[in-house]
Amino acid sequence: MSDTRSRGARGARPRSGTVHIKQHNGPAYAILILGSAVMVFPLVWQVIVSLESTEESRSFPPVFWPAHPSLAAYTAVFEQLPIARQLLTSTLITVARTAGQLVFCSLAGYAFARLRFPGRNLMFGLFLSVLMVPGACFLIPQYQIIQSLHLVDTWQGVALPGLFSAFGTFLMRQFFAGLPRELEEAARLDGAGTIRTFAQIMLPLARPGLVALTILTVLWSWNDMLWPLIVTTGQSKMPISASLATLQGEHMTNYPLMMAGAVIAMLPMIVLFMVLQRQFIAGIAFQGTKG
Amino acid sequence: MTALTAAGLAGARVKGQPEPGGRPVGRRRATRFIESGWGWAFILPTAIGLGVFYIVPAFTTIWFSFSSWGAFGGHEFTGLDNYRHLVTDPDIGYALVNTLLYTLMLLCGIPLAIYLAALINREKLKGKGVFRTLYFLPVVTMPAAIAMVWRLIYNGQFGVLNYALSLVGIQGPFWLQDPRWALLSIGVIGVWSSLGYNMILFSAGLQAIPKELYEVAMIDGATRGQQFRHLTVPLLSPTIFFVTILTIINGFQVFDLIFLMAGRSNPAIDRVQTLVWLFYQDGFYSHNMGYGSVIAVLIFLLTAVFTAIQFSVQRKWVNYV
Repeated sequence: MSDTRSRGARGARPRSGTVHIKQHNGPAYAILILGSAVMVFPLVWQVIVSLESTEESRSFPPVFWPAHPSLAAYTAVFEQLPIARQLLTSTLITVARTAGQLVFCSLAGYAFARLRFPGRNLMFGLFLSVLMVPGACFLIPQYQIIQSLHLVDTWQGVALPGLFSAFGTFLMRQFFAGLPRELEEAARLDGAGTIRTFAQIMLPLARPGLVALTILTVLWSWNDMLWPLIVTTGQSKMPISASLATLQGEHMTNYPLMMAGAVIAMLPMIVLFMVLQRQFIAGIAFQGTKG
Repeated sequence: MTALTAAGLAGARVKGQPEPGGRPVGRRRATRFIESGWGWAFILPTAIGLGVFYIVPAFTTIWFSFSSWGAFGGHEFTGLDNYRHLVTDPDIGYALVNTLLYTLMLLCGIPLAIYLAALINREKLKGKGVFRTLYFLPVVTMPAAIAMVWRLIYNGQFGVLNYALSLVGIQGPFWLQDPRWALLSIGVIGVWSSLGYNMILFSAGLQAIPKELYEVAMIDGATRGQQFRHLTVPLLSPTIFFVTILTIINGFQVFDLIFLMAGRSNPAIDRVQTLVWLFYQDGFYSHNMGYGSVIAVLIFLLTAVFTAIQFSVQRKWVNYV
């Protein structure tokens, strides 16, 4: 019921059979297939090079399929880099940020959408203004706060500011505002308090919104690079994104190794996208229509 | 009475049930008071978090922009020194131009995204899902990871791109080291990685356009090109506006790709450094946080001005149905 908005656009389209539309889709296929090839090529190339030997990866003309495909680069990555630890760090940061945003943004979003309290519009305006300010304007003071909390070079330090989000609050507010009021009123008539109404009635209804927020937060957090680069300095403390960023120069000659590391770093998001495609797309579309 | 929300009214009634003889106005006021309490309680964590990590820091950055930092901490008020330095710093000039050029390149990706979204949304097209997946894949890739393969593709000696060009008899340049090509090469990656995202937004916009309009246009003999120009584009204009704003904001903040594709020692660094890249170099690499702050303020002003311009000209071309 709650995602009528995201599905409505597709579902409500009338299928008229009266007018026969003649379409020649041949050129469309040609363009789309060619385009797909360009879009996917870098990813495929990355996997191929990761299976090559170092000599093959540096030869000209390029080797398009290795003579002896080998996973040696993948085992080498685990030996030469604390990559398992970095993946764990990335996971911890992502889980913490996502959990924080789910709790805090849905609470605040619900309050802004449905509760009446003095200063509501002022506070909402203040929250929204955060969205207008580029990230660079926060980073130096944020770093100093993390420094004064002695959280430099820790995953907690990387995660902390991202537990809160003006964007997430706005997204959840829009979602709650679009839900029907009837169930909520019925719950209140039955004597449910604010917390129960929120947790037992509204939160389940807002599931698609929570899923969208989760996907967007996980994606942003996993791939985030600048802030982790600022907060962490040691390879063993870095999330995988910052580690790959700092390695670009050093090991750059060992292409299969670099590509193997990159494939490992990207795989979780690609798998997540493959599994939750519909939710990814609905989440982004929601942002476009209501954000 | 009219000022009450439905929820508040319902709450008042519930409260009223145990003691029907009480004064309704007083009870309503009490309910309102309780609701206010909950309202504040619900926003409190976010208010504190955003206050501490975003709202106060934004003002701190402005304050820092008037100060200078020693190498080992400690800063002093230096008035407009940073601002004076800013307007005479040639790096800032380069970075400003590069940031604008990069954003312009991203904007060029918007018509492409509309066109491809329109193709995918064609009625009888098969494999929509597959195409959507393939075009969206770059969006989920980690910039730090994907930059590696792009560097290899762009490699002047043994890159695939120059190999492809050599097949048609062209000797390709060292893309990332050549001042004429470096920014363009990075811009292509920017378009590549945002195309799928924009296509999803445009697809949603296209699906909201009633199909009857196209049928009517068809009967009136409008060609597909005419339909696209006179029907699709105007009806899609709110989405185009939204994507344009988003693209400009993202473009002005480009850092990852620049940092990853061009190192400090890159011979073409003048032609690729952007404002956020300079911000990072000055603020964190050189620990000159005062000057970093001034660059942050500049990025903010730039974003504010361009967003304001966008909103003021939108009335001329955006159709809200």
